[in-house]
Amino acid sequence: MQERIQEKLNILADSAKYDVSCSSSGSDRKNTDKGLGNASNSGICHTFTEDGRCVSLLKILLTNHCIFDCAYCVSRKSNDVKRAAFTVQEVVDLTIGFYRRNYIEGLFLSSGIFKDADTTMERLVRIAKKLRLEHRFNGYIHLKTIPGASDELMKEAGLYADRLSVNIELPTERGLKLLAPDKTFATMEKPMGYISNTITALNDTRKLMLSTPKFAPAGQSTQVIIGATDESDLEVIQTADRFYRGFNLKRVYYSGYVPVLADNRLPSLSSQVPLLRENRLYQADWLMRFYGFGAHEILDDSNPFLDLDIDPKFGWALRNLDLFPLDVNKADLEMILRVPGIGVRSAQKIVATRKFGNLGWENLRKLGISLNRARYFIVCKDPALEIKDHSPEALRHLVLSAGKSKFSDLWGVQTSLFG
Amino acid sequence: MIWLVYDGSFEGFLTTIFEIYEYKWSSVHIRKEGTSIPPLFAEVRTIVTDEEKATRVWKKLVNILDSSGVRKLWIAWLSERETIEDTILGVVKYAIQLKQNVLSNFGNEHVLQMQQAVKSIGREKHRMEAFVRFQLTKDDIYFSVIEPDFNVLPLILSHFRDRYADQRWFIFDSRRSYGIYYDLKTAEFVDFIPNSLLSKNRVSTEAFGENETLFQELWKDYFKSTNIAGRKNTKLHVQHVPKRYWKYLVEKSFGI
Repeated sequence: MQERIQEKLNILADSAKYDVSCSSSGSDRKNTDKGLGNASNSGICHTFTEDGRCVSLLKILLTNHCIFDCAYCVSRKSNDVKRAAFTVQEVVDLTIGFYRRNYIEGLFLSSGIFKDADTTMERLVRIAKKLRLEHRFNGYIHLKTIPGASDELMKEAGLYADRLSVNIELPTERGLKLLAPDKTFATMEKPMGYISNTITALNDTRKLMLSTPKFAPAGQSTQVIIGATDESDLEVIQTADRFYRGFNLKRVYYSGYVPVLADNRLPSLSSQVPLLRENRLYQADWLMRFYGFGAHEILDDSNPFLDLDIDPKFGWALRNLDLFPLDVNKADLEMILRVPGIGVRSAQKIVATRKFGNLGWENLRKLGISLNRARYFIVCKDPALEIKDHSPEALRHLVLSAGKSKFSDLWGVQTSLFG
Repeated sequence: MIWLVYDGSFEGFLTTIFEIYEYKWSSVHIRKEGTSIPPLFAEVRTIVTDEEKATRVWKKLVNILDSSGVRKLWIAWLSERETIEDTILGVVKYAIQLKQNVLSNFGNEHVLQMQQAVKSIGREKHRMEAFVRFQLTKDDIYFSVIEPDFNVLPLILSHFRDRYADQRWFIFDSRRSYGIYYDLKTAEFVDFIPNSLLSKNRVSTEAFGENETLFQELWKDYFKSTNIAGRKNTKLHVQHVPKRYWKYLVEKSFGI
């Protein structure tokens, strides 16, 4: 018995690991009446894998039996792998046992489509329901919804889960056609639209009736695989932008394709995981979500790929030198946010601190601003450090050569976003 | 120079602040009893903790800084940094002088230093919420030993009480030799540890409850199978899970 459950966990955790969503934040489910657990609004990473990714949820498949045949997926029908399936009770016991020991924030449950969409979805929902109702579990639950499942099941899923996701997987329709012939944008956007509309509708009702049940309080997310097909970064962030606006998504995850299968439609098994490209896409994504940038400001038809040498905000600044230098003691927060080297918290600190008097270089340094880059774009109460008529090329060279070690570190490894 | 020594309690520290104003001392240094040796020519005074004086300082500060601001002073104080009392005193003097909430003025050296202490201890608080690993014992107590750099138990109590309301648990700080015990009703600080339970700061395997070994093995398995070899990045791994915590993490080395 014990060996069997260990074997299942190995198989079903192994095939779930390519789903990059790890978030356990954004929900505020409270522990009422001495039940088990609560959802921490900021999320908690309980450990990190040896590749440096956060582990916050027990991320597993219910089963890796699948009737689909998507080329990039290890669980695809035509792939010769060991198959396994958890029972409902096994998933519940694992989740509770791990949670009580403080290993995890909750469960991220996905599944191969083992019979049809509804049967699979029903089983996922049953697990969430059992955790909530029988075990009075208030930890985080993320369910991957199955494209094609009925609206009734989607509705139930949203009532018990904190987050729902529909993975779009490939950023373009032509990529889907090539690698995931069973899927189309339309079948995936339908559930996204349903979830988005239900969240909005229930939020509106809640304004009138406080007892309105919560529906996916942490919102919905999706994931796109990068580098399995020939899409440009522009296409990727346009797709993301469309999801953020159209369906109010909380997150779009970017997953550099890890070659696991030999298939002439895919990059070869010896190709590198595009980690730096993935990192730059996350930076671009942050610019859209936290820095007020529009997708069209980051890339356009004449520049369809992100510059791998420099981060996208620095790239934007170099293309818009006429907007600088900026006086940090006077400028609006939204413009300060656009200065290379200044993050969201630093920008807020600048605005808070300058009420007590004008800031100089020393103050800025102490606030934790990377003057390496920022010095070329701002003025303060002290004499300007570096405001000269540099050409964009010269400026780029200056910053790159000054920060050599930092930027060269970016090659080949995944780093944290905007240090 | 006056060297003020107090008993190491927060009330004692607030009493010290009261007396600094009461006796109009300037050029003072405040230290916990037994933590450092005063310089040769310093005038050493021992402060006797006085609840009434402490309360008066507390109220005065709440007036100027709000209770959330005073909580920040307390959190910074919990960092146990050697000169943290002097830093906080600098902030207090500045706030009283200006009669306004100065905590957002990071241009002030004391405010900035205090903010950095708050940030460090906040980071460790968060890490402890993440890295506590409970082991279930035969007595049905979920037990954990930690050894944090800062005194974070008072800061993590409510997190664990709210989260694990239906199980008995015990978190023990082996560096400071005290812990929190939750008995299904209240969570309280205790300074004993049931010796029979432990060997080398861990629950001994003989004291494991049912399925404890199984769950530790499952967790280790999970940790291994969720890794993607093609993305191995040890530097990033260690940055997120500093080595000093490894001995308390089931998935790294400790446990069965």
